[in-house]
Amino acid sequence: MAEREQMRRSAPRETESPAPQDTSSEGATELKAELDDLLDEIDDVLETNAEEFVKNYVQKGGE
Amino acid sequence: MAVHKVVGIETEFGIIHRCMGDSNPVAASSMIINAYVNGFLCQRVSWDFEDEQPGADARGFNEFDALAPEIETHLVNAVLTNGARYYVDHAHPELSTPECSDARQCVVYDRAAEEILIRSMQAANNLLPDDEELVIHKNNSDGKGNSYGCHENYLLDRDVPFGRVVTHILPFFVTRQIFCGAGKLGVEVPMNDGSAPPFGDRPFQVSQRADFFEEEVGLETTLKRPIVNTRDEPHADTRKYRRLHVIIGDANMSELQTYLKLGTTSLVLAMIDDDFLPEPLTPLVPVAALRQVSFDTALSGLIELVDGRRLRAIEVQWEYLDLARKYAQSHGLDPVGGDDIGNDILDRWEAVLTGLESDPMGLATQLDWVAKLRLYEAFAERHGLDWDDPKLAALDLQYHDLRPSKSLSRRVGLERITTDDEVDEAVSVPPPTTRAYFRGRCLDKFGEEIVAANWDSMVFDIGTDPLRRVPMLEPLRGTRAHVGSLLDECRDAAELLRRLGN
Repeated sequence: MAEREQMRRSAPRETESPAPQDTSSEGATELKAELDDLLDEIDDVLETNAEEFVKNYVQKGGE
Repeated sequence: MAVHKVVGIETEFGIIHRCMGDSNPVAASSMIINAYVNGFLCQRVSWDFEDEQPGADARGFNEFDALAPEIETHLVNAVLTNGARYYVDHAHPELSTPECSDARQCVVYDRAAEEILIRSMQAANNLLPDDEELVIHKNNSDGKGNSYGCHENYLLDRDVPFGRVVTHILPFFVTRQIFCGAGKLGVEVPMNDGSAPPFGDRPFQVSQRADFFEEEVGLETTLKRPIVNTRDEPHADTRKYRRLHVIIGDANMSELQTYLKLGTTSLVLAMIDDDFLPEPLTPLVPVAALRQVSFDTALSGLIELVDGRRLRAIEVQWEYLDLARKYAQSHGLDPVGGDDIGNDILDRWEAVLTGLESDPMGLATQLDWVAKLRLYEAFAERHGLDWDDPKLAALDLQYHDLRPSKSLSRRVGLERITTDDEVDEAVSVPPPTTRAYFRGRCLDKFGEEIVAANWDSMVFDIGTDPLRRVPMLEPLRGTRAHVGSLLDECRDAAELLRRLGN
């Protein structure tokens, strides 16, 4: 097995270095702003009566 | 040498008819397809059922209690100029892409299928009163226990014992959902032992479909669904080919996922054709493992294997990837479409596994299930909602809504691997590299002289008795390279048949 692959596999997420938030707070802010914009848009297009919409969404099985 | 992995996807779409009274999904599905066929095509060519045998079993026998799938020949059924089949299956509109010669081409035709459904929906809604609407979703369940499929098809070598296919594809299918899953809120089928579903910190699953599988291997598609489906109906020369009919997959909105799903599965099947794979990493209880992996959004759970080891799903995938890299070195990548696409599949497979290993949430613009999870978490937080709030369930449906004005998947920033222009072209033009080219071009040029078509033949009526059937038993014949100039030159079907020597 190649060394690269061994490293990849023996590095479970728990032992990895802490999330790089400190070094990229700008990037994180940008991401947050993007997500906020997305949520604004989704608030606009979401089905108005969600409960009714979900309740009435019934399909027959297929295949 | 492995058989070239010709691939295709059949998608059953969810459909609702918003109206005052009760609606009939079969009638609604027919309306969708008729609106498209009558609105966009000059003539209509029917599907020919002559050679359909969906009850044939790859294991060489028909189980006495297995239900052969029904073919509903009375329902709407059309063949399109891009080589696709568009029809009503049970209570859903279904579109089968044309045969494609590689994974990327098939993604283009899968997107073209969405576009065809969008245009159908718009055409049908123009005919309906203002207070009625037909709405199509590209998903796999209604959240209430009813599931419908997104099936993949791959061409296999007939000489490969089917047992070998089952042995080596089973661990792959149990684990590939970590990058193929479309994600789903909640659970639709109780756990076998009656226990509570083993959700992580959210009632959310990686896969739409994992709830619905009860067997490891079998012929069924609607009851007791098996992880490996044995339908043996190659739609090609039965002495040379099998077709693996894969029913385990989700319908993805993410192009990258459809690409990875088709590409990695093609690679694994090429390795199976060439008997390249060592002892498989078979789960001790595959059906239970399938569900376990779907519930495990942290990707940390261990699957018990027959050999006594315990591995994470992603470790099983790393193993397949390592083997595929070695296979590429020793056997080349021609069976999946050549070096360029083969290496691209390998690189993207490695990239997605690396991403899942280090930071799954970092894949929110690549994988449907991650995109959903990130969206639902942010939405629930903003509005202070519990996870059983119907608003979240509405998001989970609306993610798959094909209406451009409503679709959430089109808004979450998913990476594209196709362009709008090539998708638009694929709506009406067939892939140049398979027999779909012959089918599509003939329909476009000689539609009025074609009585019927199916995957492996076309029936012409050139005014003389009897009708003339042109067999198309080789999926990689009838391409633009083979018949492009012939089709350009022929003025009518009679001339075409004469020059084909039929």
